[in-house]
Amino acid sequence: MTAASTTNFDEMLNGDGSIRPAYSDFCEWYNSQDTAWLKRQDAEAERFFRRIGITFNVYGEEAGEERLIPFDMIPRIITAREWRKLTRGIEQRVRALNAFLQDLYHRQEIIRSGRLPVEALRNNEAFLTQMIGFTPPGGVYTHIVGIDLVRTGPEEFMVLEDNARTPSGVSYMLENRETMMAMFPELFTKIPVRPVSDYPRRLARSLRACAPPAYKGGKRPVVAVLTPGIYNSAYFEHAFLADQMGAELVEGSDLRVVDGRVAMRTTTGYKAIDVIYRRVDDDYLDPLTFNPSSVLGVAGIMDVYRAGGITIANAPGTGIADDKAIYSYMPEIVEFYTGEKPILNNVPTWRCSEPGALAYVLDNLADLVVKEVHGSGGYGMLIGPTSSKKEIAAFEAKLRAKPENYIAQPTLSLSTVPIFTNAGLAPRHVDLRPFVLVSPDGIDITPGGLTRVALKKGSLVVNSSQGGGTKDTWVLDE
Amino acid sequence: MLGRAANGVYWMNRYLERAENTARLIDVGFHLALTRGNKESADEEWKSVLTTTGQVDAYCATHDDFSGPQVFNYLLRDKDNPGSVLQMVENARTNARVVRTSITNSVWEATNEGWMTLRDLLSRPVRESNLGEVLTTVRRQSMLVRGALEGTMLRNEVFNFARIGTFIERADNTARILDVKYYVLLPSVAWVGSSLDNVQWETLLRSVAGNRAFTWLNPGSMDPKEIARFLILDGQFPRSLVFCYEKIRSNMAGLAKEYGHEVSAHELLRDAGARLHQISIDEIFEGGLHEFLQDVIGKTVEIGNAIAADYRFIE
Repeated sequence: MTAASTTNFDEMLNGDGSIRPAYSDFCEWYNSQDTAWLKRQDAEAERFFRRIGITFNVYGEEAGEERLIPFDMIPRIITAREWRKLTRGIEQRVRALNAFLQDLYHRQEIIRSGRLPVEALRNNEAFLTQMIGFTPPGGVYTHIVGIDLVRTGPEEFMVLEDNARTPSGVSYMLENRETMMAMFPELFTKIPVRPVSDYPRRLARSLRACAPPAYKGGKRPVVAVLTPGIYNSAYFEHAFLADQMGAELVEGSDLRVVDGRVAMRTTTGYKAIDVIYRRVDDDYLDPLTFNPSSVLGVAGIMDVYRAGGITIANAPGTGIADDKAIYSYMPEIVEFYTGEKPILNNVPTWRCSEPGALAYVLDNLADLVVKEVHGSGGYGMLIGPTSSKKEIAAFEAKLRAKPENYIAQPTLSLSTVPIFTNAGLAPRHVDLRPFVLVSPDGIDITPGGLTRVALKKGSLVVNSSQGGGTKDTWVLDE
Repeated sequence: MLGRAANGVYWMNRYLERAENTARLIDVGFHLALTRGNKESADEEWKSVLTTTGQVDAYCATHDDFSGPQVFNYLLRDKDNPGSVLQMVENARTNARVVRTSITNSVWEATNEGWMTLRDLLSRPVRESNLGEVLTTVRRQSMLVRGALEGTMLRNEVFNFARIGTFIERADNTARILDVKYYVLLPSVAWVGSSLDNVQWETLLRSVAGNRAFTWLNPGSMDPKEIARFLILDGQFPRSLVFCYEKIRSNMAGLAKEYGHEVSAHELLRDAGARLHQISIDEIFEGGLHEFLQDVIGKTVEIGNAIAADYRFIE
């Protein structure tokens, strides 16, 4: 093992090359393994993933082309103490997000109080006027949230992004653990790792707890997962979750409104659904209300929703809370609704819509990360330090043309965790997406999450669509 | 169960069955072509394989002759052939993905692995030297999926739709194979009793994997009427028409029991099944073997369509 780089925090190694306590048991095991055997296991993991079909489709590539997200077998390990602090911070943030949404679609106290400028809502497509004045069943807006965290130091986890629409990746959290347990069972008898496998059961319970007024008791509420279909990049996950929850996996073409309920076409006729976990965007949800050309959704579902006939998870219009322009106000939002200082910090963010901030960003493009306010998946962003002069100049033109479309952040010195390579362990940058379930019964955070890792040396981009991989994430038991 | 999912498991199994049967037909064509001395009659056999699978017109639109490797590559892997074995296995796998939540992991993995194996195997043109391996693999992969279904699936509506797909396809295939070759079983030709006829009869049996079974039941004799009886009316042979119809009947009965009521397809099936059970092989020959088979093929299509409509496969 080589000493970690001195410029960033390595989660396994101290600056002097010694091993941090969280990783000591793992490293002891690792060093006693035969390298050739580990290499064989590494290759075996890929075959395993292909066989069970954990693949994703990449947009823009030949139709039906399925790729694997590379899996790295060195776990990312978080101590019990670190996790306790993280969960407190995440819970606080998710509570604030739901209170924020409730407020935005009702009295808008935060705007009246002057903490959030009304401009943040104006012309923001993520704010759905159809949701104004309506409270979702159980008062829950974001049933499933993924909070993207980055680590920059021993005590410093920061929130990079909130995913309050339809966060994906939880199937990788579960399959990565399955894979690790299948490949290295002895590790789990040696090291007390908190389990993640009951996530689907918790998800099902959490969704059922939000049944709509039309559900009159009796049998359990009927839950269905709405997928755009097998060509969607996350289809595997949709099928996986439906399967594990024992829910129906439905497509728009299976659904229609029957007698004031959203119902699915079964072999014996239409059957009403109580809770729909939709994995299609707001815009495609209802052609009568939103994009009229959508065939992925259900005509009339919004009317049924507003009349209490169905629960939609996550609620339409939650995108306003994870919008990148709103993100910069999250410290104020957390404080406004919880009365507490945020436990987890935001990454400092310049809103390019503000002239002073724009001037600073333009002067420092080579050092900053600039993101589209509405972008996702690592597309359409500039990473100043790794971009050429030409790329920066091209981006500058776009930024000047529409500054309100962008935010900028400093290039963070993301923590590293080693990955397994043929030449031994090598540090790579990581982030972390824990998954949070919200129901009237409370907030439930699965111990662990999805660790994404940039496989290229020095790269900071962890998105799977851009060559990122994943790791199993261990939260150690007390 | 969703109508779309019922459609998915039904077609997944139809495609697998069809892929397996096509592989068997290629095997027989290959075998015959090898035993035929001259190229002309070998080409004739290959053409007959294409006729049986219903692909002769599409093939002729892009090809001038019926040389073996050209025909079996067309049938196995031609990108422009929507009915190629590879395409059918891919269709089966696509359907399995659609119904991923209705089938067990074992069934999905068997289907997915079968597709991956065949995709690799068929990524290069098949030569006569590895044709046998390819055909064995197709059959084996299809059997693995059936085995996984048998061994791991709940005996519920999903299983019933899967089996109905298998046996509708198999009944259709057996009837078509017989229909293309029916003339070799007609008394007027058969009476000639040449050794060529013997080869033809054996081939017919091989193409439905029935040669050994037939010999067990009829040691030492090979009689065209007996062969026809065996392929149409034998209740023990798993590819005979009677057997397939009996399986469709029992799986449809399973659906009626689970759902608590029958649909129009049950009525159609009862009529067609009763006719198969009551008719004798002499009556079939009297009325015309070809006419009888055409009738069965038509009825099978009709029943398949009724099932799709009654159980809301599509909107």
